[in-house]
Amino acid sequence: MDFPGKGLAKGLAVTLGTMTKRSHTHQYPDVEPDLPPRSRGVIALIEENCTVCMLCARECPDWCIYIDSHKEEVLVPGAARPRQRNVLDRFGIDFSLCMYCGICIEVCPFDALHWSPEFEYAEHDIRDLLHEKERLDEWVPTVPAPPAHDPNGEPAKEQAAAAKRAGA
Amino acid sequence: MPAWLELLLRVALVLAAFLTLPLLVGQAEHKVMAHMQGRLGPMYAGAFHGWAQLIADGVKFVQKEDITPRAADRQVFRLAPVISLLPYLVVLLVVPLGPHGLVAQPLDIGLFFVLAVVGIGVVAVLMAAWSSANKYALLGGLRAAAQLLGYELPFILAALSVAMAAGTLSLSGIVEAWRPWWLLWQLPALIIFFVAGLAEIRRPPFDMPIADSELVFGYLTEYTGLRFAFFLLAEYVGIVVIAALTTVLFLGGWKGPFGLDDELGWLWTLLKIAAVSFVVIWLRVAYPRLREDQLQRLCWLVLVPLALAQLVLTAGVRVALR
Repeated sequence: MDFPGKGLAKGLAVTLGTMTKRSHTHQYPDVEPDLPPRSRGVIALIEENCTVCMLCARECPDWCIYIDSHKEEVLVPGAARPRQRNVLDRFGIDFSLCMYCGICIEVCPFDALHWSPEFEYAEHDIRDLLHEKERLDEWVPTVPAPPAHDPNGEPAKEQAAAAKRAGA
Repeated sequence: MPAWLELLLRVALVLAAFLTLPLLVGQAEHKVMAHMQGRLGPMYAGAFHGWAQLIADGVKFVQKEDITPRAADRQVFRLAPVISLLPYLVVLLVVPLGPHGLVAQPLDIGLFFVLAVVGIGVVAVLMAAWSSANKYALLGGLRAAAQLLGYELPFILAALSVAMAAGTLSLSGIVEAWRPWWLLWQLPALIIFFVAGLAEIRRPPFDMPIADSELVFGYLTEYTGLRFAFFLLAEYVGIVVIAALTTVLFLGGWKGPFGLDDELGWLWTLLKIAAVSFVVIWLRVAYPRLREDQLQRLCWLVLVPLALAQLVLTAGVRVALR
């Protein structure tokens, strides 16, 4: 139905309708926001999982990961020669450079890097945004559990292989 | 009660209304506008839903430095905020709140007085604009002059229609003569009066003289601190005054639907003023600002002819009913 002033009436109806609904405001500092799953807040590091393979540092598009390490000899009883292993000395992520692409997390073969939804780490000085492995480790407890497997999806490779072996 | 005490009481009550009602309207505007836009509005000041926000604003304005530009015409520049505020205070004196003389100053030519005094607001705007020595202020002032002088005409013609219908210029007399069917009969006049009133107090969508996206802040550009706050207060008092006049002239003032007008008349008046103020805020949220030529077109090609037609209709019905 058309009548003169229809647009004006519609404008009034929209504003009045919005007023009767709940507002969208989140009272952020008072009330914690409900973040969506897989929020990219900060990158947490599980130091024990890191083998210093340097994949993350090399794949990082803006080179914001700094890694230092040294080799250590491990004497294995019964072995002919001592084994060598990498020991992590420094792992730093400069969050003033990081663009939160998540490639480092994707490429990490040993699940040492994880997304944490924690986002309240603003600093007054940009240089204070370079966080070392001690700080990155503090965020590990805030990493959410991985999402459940899709019931209609393909089973994981390991599962499929185990089932095959058991069946054969 | 001695005469001087009664006089003092009346003036004190009007002053109290002058100081509290605009704050209530301002707070309502904050909250209503916020919720109409899906926001919450002020929430911190005063701890409960930001009820003290305007008080906090006032305290802030008092602390601000009072700057007068070097090129400004000092005396005129400093006088303008007061002149913008004062007429509305005077208007509140003659607006009847209830029956049997519940009015600060009953006046036989109340309507005439009100229309004359409200017109002074135009002078304040022009003073502020011209004395600021700022091109944006001047542009805002020129727009204000064109707008306010133009809208004065339908404003007065619409008020004239209801005065003619009631056969009196006294505001109390108009309310007494008012009948519910006048809502229909005087509907065009009501709409014209309300729209022209919005333009008179320069409320959005008729805020071209201020037009913050085009003219910085129009004639308010150079004002700071308390003087700026005076202009803001004048805007909110303006809402109260326009709402009160609309209530008294067109919505039957203290007359309510259940009788009991003698006891509850003042409440009806206040409720109607609140409702009209809500519509003023609502229109601000819903509509964008008109363009300058659209503004003039609306005034001269729509409102003025409509107001004249309403006058003819009113006169015709008056003659027929005689």
